[in-house]
Amino acid sequence: MTRYFTKDHEWVEVEGTSGTVGITDYAQGQLGDITFVDLPAVGEGVTAGEAASVVDSVKAASDVYSPVSGTVSEANPALETAPELVNTDPESGGWLFKLTLSDAAQLDALMDKAAYDQYVAGL
Amino acid sequence: MRYLPLTADDRAAMLGVIGADHVDDLFVDVPAEARLDGPVHGLALHASEMAVERHMSALAQQNLSAGSAPFFIGAGAYRHHIPASVDHLIQRGEFLTAYTPYQPEIAQGTLQVLFEFQTQVARLLGTDVANASMYDGSTACWEAIAMAGRVTKRGRAVLSGGVHPHYVATARTMARFTGDTLETLAPVLEATPDDTATIAAIDDVTSCVVVQYPDILGRIPDIAAICAAAQAKGALVIAVVTEPVALGLLRSPGELGADIVVGEGQSIGVGLNFGGPYLGLFGCREKFVRQMPGRLCGQTVDADGKRGFVLTLSTREQHIRREKATSNICTNSGLCALAFSIHMTLLGGSGLDRLARINHARARAMAERLAQIPGVSVLNESYFNELTLVLPTDARHAVRDMADAGVLGGVSLGRLYPDSPELAPGLLLTATETVTDADIEALATALETALAGVPA
Repeated sequence: MTRYFTKDHEWVEVEGTSGTVGITDYAQGQLGDITFVDLPAVGEGVTAGEAASVVDSVKAASDVYSPVSGTVSEANPALETAPELVNTDPESGGWLFKLTLSDAAQLDALMDKAAYDQYVAGL
Repeated sequence: MRYLPLTADDRAAMLGVIGADHVDDLFVDVPAEARLDGPVHGLALHASEMAVERHMSALAQQNLSAGSAPFFIGAGAYRHHIPASVDHLIQRGEFLTAYTPYQPEIAQGTLQVLFEFQTQVARLLGTDVANASMYDGSTACWEAIAMAGRVTKRGRAVLSGGVHPHYVATARTMARFTGDTLETLAPVLEATPDDTATIAAIDDVTSCVVVQYPDILGRIPDIAAICAAAQAKGALVIAVVTEPVALGLLRSPGELGADIVVGEGQSIGVGLNFGGPYLGLFGCREKFVRQMPGRLCGQTVDADGKRGFVLTLSTREQHIRREKATSNICTNSGLCALAFSIHMTLLGGSGLDRLARINHARARAMAERLAQIPGVSVLNESYFNELTLVLPTDARHAVRDMADAGVLGGVSLGRLYPDSPELAPGLLLTATETVTDADIEALATALETALAGVPA
């Protein structure tokens, strides 16, 4: 399993052609208390770099961009009643959706953990 | 700060940016015959305030106003008695807080009323939730169609033949820009609404079916049957109520299964006002609340644990979500909603029920009297306070003749549907609690006179 990061502060963890997407701890910290997550429907196609989900916080409504293209296979059911999981456990239990990747080569354009940490440190 | 008016150069620069040659180009959608092409006739360009007022009053007196004649006009706007206390209370200082109640610390008066308004509207329409109002019934209807598209991710709406033609026109205007497909059915002069045709028009790509209750001809469609058919196809049902007083007697559309219920709230607390401002009512199932347009007020507690009110779920709205908002409405009909809420509070549940019964009784008295006129028949099998009469001639002529005789005798279907000659004998008549026996007799006499010489 390998985890990749985007400059828009999403992460995707990949195993074979299956990916799990969430937002980073840095992102949740910037957003503040999250009140609602609008998740994509299972079967919906998503495109790398385009909005796939919306996270509402007390500060703003923010689009979440899919790190890679593919088809949504699952949306985190826990977020329906407990959106605050994105604050408390953003990089594990607070995942947003899973997808089947359509083009694994897109991962090459993403950052690894070390590169992302360095990117955030420079912000 | 000084007020600096625009110079001719400023105007030319702005027109240049939007690609218009002249300011008049901005008004091309207003029909030529409705535009003023010069000074007001008979009014000097320079005159005293008193002289201008006298002249304008004289012009206004050429109108036959609703309050000065036997009045039977409805078709989406209804004349009801508004207690003087409504107008008095809406002017109280507690309600004169900020126009936009974004700051709850200075707008509790407005916010509490909006919360109570929403509660009343949700109970009236039979929905889980209701918003703080829309501009009017027709825009609320379009917003519901757009919302159904977001919920179902489909773009084909079916509008039954009973939907007010002005509401249909508003939806058509908006659909020009959104690309939605509108399947609009035509009304038929039958005793009952053609629910079968409405149901037959629902297919697997239909986002919603829009049904008016009571419909434009005053008939009562079978909302429950339409809901069952729509549900089977995965489409939502939008019920439109243009006369909310009817819900004092009829079962609410929400209770009958409608997913979204919209309406025109003018009937309760707001005068005819020559066509506006009015207020749109909007309610829906709780599970759709995040797709609902418009403002929503919620109840909460402040830092000391005291009850207070705030705008809530604002991330649906344009000032937060920008182009991804559920709607470009970023306000509500605050003053009209306040008047609605105060009148509704004064009526109470039993008062609304009684008002509705009086309205229906008045309409029955009118129908029974008019049915005695040779050649005239009542179309409706059922109605609330509005019904369709079938005349032996084009109803437009009868309405004109009655107006000349000082009676405002309804709305001809020929006026509402100028391109449908088969509807021309239809005359839409409304009787509210404001109608007296003498008014009904005046109407009957005027109609008899208007029809004299027409073969029955």
